[in-house]
Amino acid sequence: MNLLTSMGALPLLGSLLIAFLPAANSKLIKQVALAISLLVAGVGISAALAFDTAKSGFQYVERYSWIPSLGINYQLGVDGISLILILLSVILVPIVIVAGWNESENGRFSVKTFYILMLILETMMIGVFAATDVFLFYIFFEAMLVPVYFLIGGYGTEARQAAAVKFLLYSLFGGLLMLASIIGIFVISGNQGGRSFDIGVLSTLTIDSTTQNFLFLGFFIAFAIKAPLWPMHTWLPDAAKSATPGTSVLLLGVLDKVGTFGMIRYCVELFPEASKTFTPIIITLSVISILYGAFLAIGQKDIKGLIAFTSISHFGFITMGIFAMTSQGNSGATLYMLNHGFSTAALFLTAGWMMSRRGSSTIAEFGGLQRVTPLLAWSFFIAGMSSLALPGLSSFVSEFLVLVGTYTRYPVAAIIATFGIVLAALYILIPVQKALHGPTTPGNENLPDLNKREIVAIAPVIAVIIALGFYPKPALDIINPAAQATIEKAGFTDPAPLVGGDK
Amino acid sequence: MEFNAPALEYGALAPMLVIFTAAIIAVIVEAFVSAKLRAPLQLAISLGAVVLSFAQVLRLRGTQSATAAVNSVIVDGPVLFMQGTTLLLAFFAFLLIADFDAFAAQASAIPGSTEERAALQTGKVQTEVYPLTLFAVGGMMLFPAANDLITLFVALEVLSLPLYLMAGLSRRRRLLSQEAALKYFLLGAYSSAFFLFGAAFLYGFAGDVSLNGIRTAISSGGNDAFLLVGMISLSVGLLFKVGAAPFHAWTPDVYQGAPTPVTAFMAAATKVAAFGAALRIFYVALGGAVWSWKPVITAIAILTMLVGSIIAIAQRDVKRMLAYSSIAHAGFLLTGILALNQEGLKASLFYLASYGFTTLGAFALITLVRDSSGEVTDLNRWVGLAKRSPAVALIFATFLLSFAGIPLTAGFIGKFTIFTAAYDSGNIAVVVAGVLSSAIAAFFYIRVIVMMFFSDPEEDTVTVTIPSLNTNLTIWVAAIVTIALGVFPTPILDAVASLATFVR
Repeated sequence: MNLLTSMGALPLLGSLLIAFLPAANSKLIKQVALAISLLVAGVGISAALAFDTAKSGFQYVERYSWIPSLGINYQLGVDGISLILILLSVILVPIVIVAGWNESENGRFSVKTFYILMLILETMMIGVFAATDVFLFYIFFEAMLVPVYFLIGGYGTEARQAAAVKFLLYSLFGGLLMLASIIGIFVISGNQGGRSFDIGVLSTLTIDSTTQNFLFLGFFIAFAIKAPLWPMHTWLPDAAKSATPGTSVLLLGVLDKVGTFGMIRYCVELFPEASKTFTPIIITLSVISILYGAFLAIGQKDIKGLIAFTSISHFGFITMGIFAMTSQGNSGATLYMLNHGFSTAALFLTAGWMMSRRGSSTIAEFGGLQRVTPLLAWSFFIAGMSSLALPGLSSFVSEFLVLVGTYTRYPVAAIIATFGIVLAALYILIPVQKALHGPTTPGNENLPDLNKREIVAIAPVIAVIIALGFYPKPALDIINPAAQATIEKAGFTDPAPLVGGDK
Repeated sequence: MEFNAPALEYGALAPMLVIFTAAIIAVIVEAFVSAKLRAPLQLAISLGAVVLSFAQVLRLRGTQSATAAVNSVIVDGPVLFMQGTTLLLAFFAFLLIADFDAFAAQASAIPGSTEERAALQTGKVQTEVYPLTLFAVGGMMLFPAANDLITLFVALEVLSLPLYLMAGLSRRRRLLSQEAALKYFLLGAYSSAFFLFGAAFLYGFAGDVSLNGIRTAISSGGNDAFLLVGMISLSVGLLFKVGAAPFHAWTPDVYQGAPTPVTAFMAAATKVAAFGAALRIFYVALGGAVWSWKPVITAIAILTMLVGSIIAIAQRDVKRMLAYSSIAHAGFLLTGILALNQEGLKASLFYLASYGFTTLGAFALITLVRDSSGEVTDLNRWVGLAKRSPAVALIFATFLLSFAGIPLTAGFIGKFTIFTAAYDSGNIAVVVAGVLSSAIAAFFYIRVIVMMFFSDPEEDTVTVTIPSLNTNLTIWVAAIVTIALGVFPTPILDAVASLATFVR
């Protein structure tokens, strides 16, 4: 049963179908897009339910020869980490479609084009996480840029073109460095028993340490741009400010995860020795990202900029968890990716509604929303609390796991990173206070509260945030074996916990 | 002394013979057939010759002969592949040429003269471009097949001389076109002199003009000074033809000045022929002296990629931009020569074929964007093209993405295979430089896409003409090849793999 291919092909076929619908009937187009994305989400959820959590390898494996003369296969498969991310993608897409029902209206291109691009993007997202052939991964990684580029550049606010180009050039630059590394590892595999792109084969190669370091850097820089890690982050705030809220949700919630996912799947698994060499530097960069993102978030006057910088801080946590090289750190990082996806979605969607009601994205303009639009304000509040990792909400579990996992190996970094949590309280609570609880800014008195469509969109997100906060076990059950396997493949063992005082 | 008639294998030479015969017939037609009948007849002769010749190439597949014309011409896999590619490109180039709008009615008339106007009004047009193109095609087919330096030189001149003339045939902006032709001719003559000079020194070194003789002489040793001077001069001649920096200065002027169908033909097919010959010279004749030329050619390859990519950013004319892009691609193709392994040969062949089609399509598309005074090549006036003709903009974007090497286009597979070959040969510096200059190049390709899709048109004088059947066919075939070779390159990769062995 080609489950992954079917799931990936569905949105693509859907976009074809939409291409044949009359452009004038935008309601029909939206409904069809929504129906398709719901169908895909259903397939994704059933795939997750049927996933065997006792196994650690790839499941739903498919393999066909594609370009045999170059050893390229069409090869898909998921382990816990990629499954969780696919699940995140397929759930967020219908939510984004419902939440941003009207955001495609005033774009440069038609409504129809928006949903075609959105569905193509969904195919690419599924493909990029499901690919187990490095070449195939690269193709999805690069091809994904095209729909995103048009989504940002075609439907955002003022500076969208510049932001779209900046996004594209940063990503292409990283992608090309990765291409050089892919070529390198491909040639090396040819010298060791046959050219291949299969990550199972590639992870068994013996590569001398200098080469490994260079190849690692090619991959890592590409992913660090994508994730984004300080100092390669500068494209993100621009893109997030310019894109529509829905695009931003997918951009920060899913696409950036390709970076952190790539670090686990390709950097750590293919180049364990180089990962070890670079770990101190990467941990340092992560800690800088955590604090830098948090400080800049505090200083933001623009609500989209705020969310973008909080994300940079969060990606610092994720990267730190990955390179702590402990199974808790790794599980925590993966769970963090999932949770960050949902809490960012909640933040961006509610912020988007606030902005479209108020016609402004300046935080100070939203004063008094708690009284005027209680539902909207509460939603934003919960999303914010999840973002600052309040116990009981989902992000807490993952942040805790990351910090614990890091502490056992890098106590100093973990301690410094803890300040990030304190700063998070500031960057969330200050805008909450300004925007929601302060005196009502003139002009806000008659803003409407959430309508039914918006409630339908935000409710599942908040439900997931709360549910995973109290009971993260289902997600962790899927993630843990894969995280454990990654750490073992990389040749690490978890440091024994120090119990008691006698050393 | 007894004189022996040379033994010629007419069968193996058939592809070239067909083209040269057709060229001669076309000259006669040009002289004797009435003006009305000339154009359709010339087109029929040209297309017929190309098809017939291509059929001969297909018939010859698998043939390997070093004695097709007394050790002077080789027929082997790479030769046949390049001849076939050249013929396919020529076929579509003829279709573009057949839309005669780009060409001067009477190239011999002085620009702006009464003769010129009269010729335009009466429709008495000269069609010398057909025989010229046929001669150029013949030269291009001989160039990669030549097995000694004299034949190489003859082929070089046969392919170059018609091109010099063709560059000057533009109907509009004739002075610019003639200037381009003169510049091309002078620099071309200069490079021919270098080539000949190098050939003479190599003869002095080896006592033999055949590539095999030079190879044997290199392995047995000799006067290294002669070898070095010979290699350098010969390389200069070749690098000029492929448009590598610092011998690239003619490229933008000629690309811009020449009638666009000629530019399309020249950009696509000359690259194939010139790299075909360069590959044979470096792989077969000079392979033994690799340590002498590798550092220099590496430096030139890197310089070429960077010069092409960086200067292209500053271009405001779409033809000049593509000219610089072709320079950058010449740099990428040089990495295939540097690899000096079978991998490199295969990758180069694939790259040449895919690049040829994409280039042909891109220039064909440029012929469609016009205002009342002809083609519009100023990029500023391409702004907002997607709004007026989304299909044209989309196809042009596809070509640009292929040039930039984005996955799922032919350009990506080409780049991937050629860099893999270079990496395999241990030349990692060139791979890194290639990747970085690809990143730079991506910038200006994408800028054009941004202009077409994301900016509003300022003036409405630019229109997109409805393409004639010929042009339409060319563009669509090029677009389909560009995508097909990116998604499913296996047939061509397999074909290339089975053909990529030089007969020595």
